[in-house]
Amino acid sequence: MIIGIPKEIFLEERRVALVPRGAEALRKLGFEIILETTAGEAADYSDAKYEEVGVTIAQNAREVWAQSDIIIKVREPQTSEADMMKEGGTLISFFWPAKNGELLDRLNSKNATVLAMDCIPRISRAQKMDALSSMANISGYRAVVEAAHEFPHFFTGQITAAGKIDPAKVLIIGGGVAGLAAVGAAKGLGAIVRAFDTRLAVREQVESLGGEFLELDFPEEDGEGGGGYAKTMSEEFIKAEMKLFAEQAIEVDIIITTALIPGREAPKLITSGMVESMREGSVIVDLASEQGGNCTLTKPNEKVVHHGVTILGYTDLPSRMAALSSRLYSAGIVHLLDEMGGKEAYSVDLENEIIRGALVLREGSIMWPPPKPKNPGPKYSVDTGLRPSKEEKVELKSEEQEISFSVGRILKYIILLAIAIGIYSAGNSLPNNDPFVERFIDQLTVFVLACFVGWQVIWNVKPALHTPLMSVTNAISGIIIIGGILQISQSEINASVILGAAAILLAAINVVGGFLVTNRMLAMFRQ
Amino acid sequence: MSNNAVVIFYIVAAVLFIMSLGGLSNQESARRGNWFGILGMLLALIAVTASEEVTAYGILAVSMFPAVLIGGVLAARVKMTDMPQLVAILHSFVGAAAVLVGLSLQLDESKIAHEGIAGIIHNIEIFVGVCIGSITFTGSVIAFGKLQGLISGKPLLLPARHFLNLIILVATVWLGMEFVSHNVITDPTTSILIALTLTGILGVHLVMAIGGADMPVVVSMLNSYSGWAAAAAGFMLGNNLLLIVGALVGSSGLILSLFMCRGMNRSLISVILGGFGTGDGGGGGAMKTPDGDVTSIDTDATSQLLKNAKSVTIVPGYGMAVAQAQHTIAKITKKLRENNTQVLFAIHPVAGRLPGHMNVLLAEANIPYDIVLELDEINHTFAATDVVMVIGANDIVNPSALDDPNSPIAGMPVLEVWNAKNVIVMKRSMGAGYAGVGNPLFFNENTSMLFGDAGENVDAILASL
Repeated sequence: MIIGIPKEIFLEERRVALVPRGAEALRKLGFEIILETTAGEAADYSDAKYEEVGVTIAQNAREVWAQSDIIIKVREPQTSEADMMKEGGTLISFFWPAKNGELLDRLNSKNATVLAMDCIPRISRAQKMDALSSMANISGYRAVVEAAHEFPHFFTGQITAAGKIDPAKVLIIGGGVAGLAAVGAAKGLGAIVRAFDTRLAVREQVESLGGEFLELDFPEEDGEGGGGYAKTMSEEFIKAEMKLFAEQAIEVDIIITTALIPGREAPKLITSGMVESMREGSVIVDLASEQGGNCTLTKPNEKVVHHGVTILGYTDLPSRMAALSSRLYSAGIVHLLDEMGGKEAYSVDLENEIIRGALVLREGSIMWPPPKPKNPGPKYSVDTGLRPSKEEKVELKSEEQEISFSVGRILKYIILLAIAIGIYSAGNSLPNNDPFVERFIDQLTVFVLACFVGWQVIWNVKPALHTPLMSVTNAISGIIIIGGILQISQSEINASVILGAAAILLAAINVVGGFLVTNRMLAMFRQ
Repeated sequence: MSNNAVVIFYIVAAVLFIMSLGGLSNQESARRGNWFGILGMLLALIAVTASEEVTAYGILAVSMFPAVLIGGVLAARVKMTDMPQLVAILHSFVGAAAVLVGLSLQLDESKIAHEGIAGIIHNIEIFVGVCIGSITFTGSVIAFGKLQGLISGKPLLLPARHFLNLIILVATVWLGMEFVSHNVITDPTTSILIALTLTGILGVHLVMAIGGADMPVVVSMLNSYSGWAAAAAGFMLGNNLLLIVGALVGSSGLILSLFMCRGMNRSLISVILGGFGTGDGGGGGAMKTPDGDVTSIDTDATSQLLKNAKSVTIVPGYGMAVAQAQHTIAKITKKLRENNTQVLFAIHPVAGRLPGHMNVLLAEANIPYDIVLELDEINHTFAATDVVMVIGANDIVNPSALDDPNSPIAGMPVLEVWNAKNVIVMKRSMGAGYAGVGNPLFFNENTSMLFGDAGENVDAILASL
């Protein structure tokens, strides 16, 4: 089975889908690899390095596309590339099926199979293949580096003989992988870092990286929208959010925005008014520029200067660190092919959650979007590392419980009613004025009240003291000794007396043993 | 002492017993609570001994004296890990005493004969008391055998076992009717003896059918039964103190059982009828669905991890009790705390073989109780914890209880240790837990397995700290 790596032809794309280290790993899995010449050059991987690990070098793209069973790319294919696709071939790359419908149809007509790296489900088992996260990590870091490059001051504060230099203040909007990477990088350069996210769970992660988490003056509303992404928030929330950004814009020197909502245009968070309120020399890096930008003035792939504020809308940040990003992407590819069984057991397994999620096209039938998993487990979302919040779980549970609960409750009431009627009729049929019956009724009263008292008292016992509770109840239930004592005083020693004495013996062991052992246990509990 | 004075003593004793149980609501007042209990018992004994009905002081002394010795030695000698057995065998004594009191009353020729409906009620009281006592007695003896390891922890599942229980129940009810009416069996003592045997078999059978993992529930249930047996004796003797204490103990046991069942997300009925909680010890049993690579770790790496951690949470299970590891763990805890590491203990409601078993063991090892937390208190802290050490526990840290609706333990509240940065699981082997369920936790990337005997492993960790 032959894997082909064509050179990326998208403008300014320097990454390569497979690095020599990855090629070596795939060879071990049994694959043949063919690489278009100079495909890795821009990422500092020369043809010679590929040849060293047994990769065949093809002289042009056409050759690669024609010979390979599986094509591996970074960017989705351009029209010219799609036309070269072999009948019934397989493609693995970033694909963005939601916006590339035409490309999908084009490949469909060739009965191709397409696995989209951007559609790999964000579950814990798939973390090692999650190229979106590894790219976002690079983007976040690089965004800080680009900002530092444009920013005409230090990041860190210094007190020098020539005067005091204030540290730069950096605001990061969105606490996903990219945002958190940016928090870490900016903090590392010595800046004062603030971050904001609608998802409250991000707070801890921001703080763990040394950033300050900004909070809205707003009743709690969690923006956790599943899969580690945010959801659209209510209007009032957005208003409060915009007010916060406007206040921050006046204070901070650098804003890095990373706010994305899946399948929608990026929310506009930084208005031109806010940009104008910033100090001259300030920098905005808009990582959402490919999805329309978080800043109204952002132009994709361009540097815009407005009122002395530089706005960077670069969409090729990972590509600017091509050697590293290629290596990480390549690792994801290797893990994916390993998951698919290597060469020996290669299959597109629809039962495999990861493969099914990534599969957008299978031998001429469109598989995207994948069916929603029936039991979404705990969402170990990849980009933030956060787990489902408590409320979410509680909701799931209560729904199921409610139905069975109401049926159970009705049953309970019916049973209680039946018992009440039974007791009433039994009591009614008892004769009056019999002293023994009266004694019995009195006893019943005491018994019911004692049960009730016990029920009330015991619920207060701490679980940590359950063992002492058992031994102390054990000891006091030895009170049955009284029964034995009352039985032994008869005119002669008969069977009844002997049985009573035996009862005293057993019950007394209980009384003494139970109290002593409880005392021993309780003496051990110390603060 | 006049009868009225005795009644007043009884009332004071009953109040003291209630205060005794109330005192257990927290550690500070618990010891005082125990003293209240002792005082109540003394008052009750003084009152009954001084009452006009009791004259046979010789017999009383002869039967009391050895019992005090036996009880004292038992309480002083028992190891904290053996508490479940002790509690079970003490339950059986109460059950046996209830049976003996009932029989003694039945054979007592001097008792006042009641006529008509009063006689029927009195007979029913005796019969019910003896039957409950008998179930408590045999059930507790079997529970003791299982906990002591004399009987296999595996549930004994006879074919048609529910049917068998039903037949015994029906036969017992019929014997009860005979006991009152003497239609077929003319000697009531014969019918009560047969009924006693049958309910004894029922007690054996009910507990035999229950597996090791459900032992905490069984012990609590038997605790409850022993209370009801005492209450029944109170009815037959017309003694209000017995009645009150029986009701207190009965409801206490019932609450404990409910609490345990909630901890396992199981219904009380299903546990009583038995047939779950298979297996014995950590080994054996085939792994089910989860598989993948397991990362194992050695004791040196573990202590390194502990040294570098800012916060450590220890999750003890029955395995810790078996290995008697609590003392070494206490020393590890002390070292870590000296190192300014925050150490917490997370206790699941059903960890161990007895409600609150783990707390007692940790207390024995002098671990301060304010760092020993319950499930609800600790679950949200795992995300901020550097290292979680799971010692001899399995099902109580199984994530499939939350995310796999088909899992036999689905819906059981568990300690969400997987949220921590690192999880170290000490286990003898890769076997499944009591519920026979595979544990996906072991395959998580942040989980490392430390195989081997928990006792030796914690010793080695302590040595290299």
